[in-house]
Amino acid sequence: AAGLQTSPGPFGTTERPTPREDITHYNNFYEFGLDKSDPARLSGSFHARPWTLRIDGAVAKPITIDVDQQITAHKIENRIYRMRCVEAWSMVIPWDGIPLAEILRKAEPLGSAKFVAFRSVMRPDEMPGQKDSFGNIAWPYVEGLRLDEAMNPLTLLAAGLYGEILPNQNGAPLRLVVPWKYGFKGIKSLTTISLLETMPPTSWNRLAPDEYGFYANVNPDVDHPRWSQASERVIGSGGFFGEKRQPTRMFNGYGEQVAGLYAGMDLRKYY
Amino acid sequence: MVISVWWTRRSFLNLLLYTSGFVPACWSFWLGVHDKLGPDPVRSFEHILGLWAFRFLLASLAITPLRIVSGVNLTGYRRAVGLLAFAYVVMHVAAYIALDLRFDFVTLYRDITRRPFLIFGMAAFLCLVPLAVTSNRLSIRKLGRNWRYLHRLVYVALIAASIHFLMAFKTWHVNAIFYVLFGIGLLSVRGINFLWGKRVHRRIYAE
Repeated sequence: AAGLQTSPGPFGTTERPTPREDITHYNNFYEFGLDKSDPARLSGSFHARPWTLRIDGAVAKPITIDVDQQITAHKIENRIYRMRCVEAWSMVIPWDGIPLAEILRKAEPLGSAKFVAFRSVMRPDEMPGQKDSFGNIAWPYVEGLRLDEAMNPLTLLAAGLYGEILPNQNGAPLRLVVPWKYGFKGIKSLTTISLLETMPPTSWNRLAPDEYGFYANVNPDVDHPRWSQASERVIGSGGFFGEKRQPTRMFNGYGEQVAGLYAGMDLRKYY
Repeated sequence: MVISVWWTRRSFLNLLLYTSGFVPACWSFWLGVHDKLGPDPVRSFEHILGLWAFRFLLASLAITPLRIVSGVNLTGYRRAVGLLAFAYVVMHVAAYIALDLRFDFVTLYRDITRRPFLIFGMAAFLCLVPLAVTSNRLSIRKLGRNWRYLHRLVYVALIAASIHFLMAFKTWHVNAIFYVLFGIGLLSVRGINFLWGKRVHRRIYAE
């Protein structure tokens, strides 16, 4: 993969990044299959380039951005974030990208905009998992954030990994990274961002509303119905007997930056 | 003379069954120790053990339907297959407690008392314990008819294990559905045979 020009960004962590091999071969990307090894195996014929991102809805200036010309060609930030999956495992990932707020401001959101809806790509010919959707997600994958969550400085649009352009299995060419929320909020292969006045539907919430909420903030005190969220397995921590299990932190350890967004909210109800 | 040769062949095949039955567990354990089970080796090991437990459970339950449908009698190998299923269940649970939870008994207690996914799994395990314990000639002799009643618990174990298996995935998983349908098929053969047998029975009495 091509190298990217990056500079160190804020919010770094001292934890050791997960090996690249693990980050690129342990993926939940159901568009390519249900098993975690499927995306690396089956995403070879996916065309991530050329690619444009559309921003529309409640904005003064709807725009269409060419990913290579307007994002990856420029200097982008390197941000090492913790990633916590709803399945109770975690990684530490060195992303390369730009703050989502920076892109959203270009489209000039209107005062009426309260939510941001994200839509992924629909290409059954290139994504085998989209052909057979029995009991599965209704494609394309959609996600959403409140506008203030989207504008938070932590929220990132990632275009790279370990200083190189994003591999297909990690959501090329552009994916969302919201490090204080469970990984499924990080929609991959992003095509459209729409600013809205009302809360948009989200894929996992539509499939199993009692298991996956709109907010999906990492929260060790609110368990998933099928497993505890109190602790997490650290992926790539060294084989069979070296495997590490560590306590999960509120907001995945980003409380200082984001706890204020949820002041006064019952996080048991708004999970 | 003929009988003793046949007996020898059967015990030899049983021995072969026991030893080859442990190959998947030993092989994946070796892979795990050498960090060749992918990025999440403990989870992969748990899944491999669980899958083989389910396969052996289905195999042990296939022996009677096979005899009903084709007349092939493998009853002499059922104990070995059933005990292999139990051994894999024990290893599956042990991997979960030792390698995954790292003996965190507080989490274990919370999980198996609250989460249906694990409650069904544990229920299947507990159902199989008395079956494994009584899988010997002495118990068969001592329990008499009750032994057969007791061993009907295997149906409860299969149902609980099936639910556990289906719940292990966030969406409907084709492989899991396939295995569960196979189990339903096996139970149906027995069910149909049972009802059919009763009808024949009644007809004989009516005449």
